[in-house]
Amino acid sequence: MKFETIIGLEVHSELKTNSKIFCGCSTAFGAPPNTHTCPICLGHPGVLPVLNQRAVDYAIKAAVALNCEIAEETKFDRKNYFYPDNPKAYQISQFDKPVGENGWIEIEVDGYKKRIGITRIHLEEDAGKLTHDDYDDASLVDFNRVGTPLIEIVSEPDIRTPNEAYAYLEKLKAILQYTEVSDCKMEEGSLRCDANISLRPAGQEEFGTKAELKNLNSFTNVQKGLAFEEKRQAEVLLSGGEILQETRRWNEEKKETILMRIKEGSDDYRYFPEPDLVNLYIDHEWIERVREGIPELPDARKQRYINDWNIPAYDAGVLTQTKAMADFFEESVEVGADAKQAANWLMGEVNAYLNSEGIEIEEIKMTPTGLAGMIKLIEDGTISGKIAKKVFNEMMKNGGEAKQIVEDKGLVQISDEGQLKAIVDNILDNNQQSIDDFKNGKDKAFGFLVGQAMKETKGKANPQVINKLIKEGLESR
Amino acid sequence: MSKITKEQVEHVADLARLSFTEAEIEEFTNQMSKVIDYAEVLNELDTENVEPTTHVMDVRNVLREDNVKPSLQREEALKNAPKQKDGQFEVPSVLD
Repeated sequence: MKFETIIGLEVHSELKTNSKIFCGCSTAFGAPPNTHTCPICLGHPGVLPVLNQRAVDYAIKAAVALNCEIAEETKFDRKNYFYPDNPKAYQISQFDKPVGENGWIEIEVDGYKKRIGITRIHLEEDAGKLTHDDYDDASLVDFNRVGTPLIEIVSEPDIRTPNEAYAYLEKLKAILQYTEVSDCKMEEGSLRCDANISLRPAGQEEFGTKAELKNLNSFTNVQKGLAFEEKRQAEVLLSGGEILQETRRWNEEKKETILMRIKEGSDDYRYFPEPDLVNLYIDHEWIERVREGIPELPDARKQRYINDWNIPAYDAGVLTQTKAMADFFEESVEVGADAKQAANWLMGEVNAYLNSEGIEIEEIKMTPTGLAGMIKLIEDGTISGKIAKKVFNEMMKNGGEAKQIVEDKGLVQISDEGQLKAIVDNILDNNQQSIDDFKNGKDKAFGFLVGQAMKETKGKANPQVINKLIKEGLESR
Repeated sequence: MSKITKEQVEHVADLARLSFTEAEIEEFTNQMSKVIDYAEVLNELDTENVEPTTHVMDVRNVLREDNVKPSLQREEALKNAPKQKDGQFEVPSVLD
């Protein structure tokens, strides 16, 4: 039997406000435990929450960027549950009137384009952070995070493969970063994802029973967790078993999903309107004001790079994945870099450097002007590609301008034939064996001689001139 | 009378993490039914032309600027905690 996989994703993203959603406590990450709390976020009796305007602005901004319809009238509701991460025993969230509904984003995966629907996007407050204390067999609670504004983005069950899920998350993250509403740092918890997955026999209309996956702490783990679950459910169904509505946790070490609990009936959160907050009306002017602050989004930028600068589609996609990378690229071109060259350096050397150092492009010392300057020096023959790597490494570590580095370190390429001929002649005189080898058909000997010349000039020799001179030298001997 | 069932009372008690004796559940089932009946009086009013509302006052869009204000000192924040450890609230173990 063939199955069709049905996936829906729930993404929580922390908004980049300075203060919490209902009080003035700081939202800064990494403060000592319980130093960013007050009677409001600690849920003391008799306090009143007051809504942070910027949190609403950001939620509207995200909703508009995700092609949602914006609610004219919206409100907050209490979602009741007992858990120590939540001191009030309810979370202020939005139940029946979310900020945005009926949106979509377009993804491109495995060579096809597809639209994934967004059911809703709503505002709510984050919970505190629990850690387990083995010594006391207790849990410890840090309430710094409680009350940080969150948006929850719920997708339609339009996703059919783990790869589509990955592409959806990449695109969603890019949009949230471009609009600057969230940092989207999974390692700091400012972006979190839960996944619902079910299987149904191909051709069947009705959905199968779904499992909910938790602890998916990276996009790769979302993909892997879904792939595992897809296989597990198919095996259960094929062996005549039944899928239960359960919550499963992704175990990174074992690369499998593990049963956390079986859900009996639906959750009963007893939502009711939050009496401490008045209703929120979002008029046309407000939406337009927010819309004006939305920059060009990744797809539009990608298309522009393809049209204006002849950047291949794949490269344009990689360059626009983060706004910081796209900004760096465009600034380099603006200050005179050849677009194709700048793209090659960013996709190649720069990305390799970022990966090996485990840093983001915002953290490098090289400036767009530095990159553009270096590319120009290569183009006009001042430095060779090999020397460029040295200049590049220097700029990545200490910044500066390419021209200045080349001058300071005496890295200017030697193209003077007379000067290089003396060096080449000397090398040939001292490497009779290589000359014989070459004449006996061993082409490798040629490379060896070129290498010697480069070594002699500390890599500064113009490789084309060296090649020519060695060729001539070998022919004349 | 008695729209509320025993099962509903048990369910609500469970959600509220409360445990009751059989006799108490019996008693609450009766009491809650009466409370609901009392509120049912409101249904006698004709609300045909009244807009549904979630607030009694028509106050809209009460918002604050996104400014950080000083938080409590940690000692102050933890003062009411029955147990604390390393600057954190200590609670019975929850693992899932």
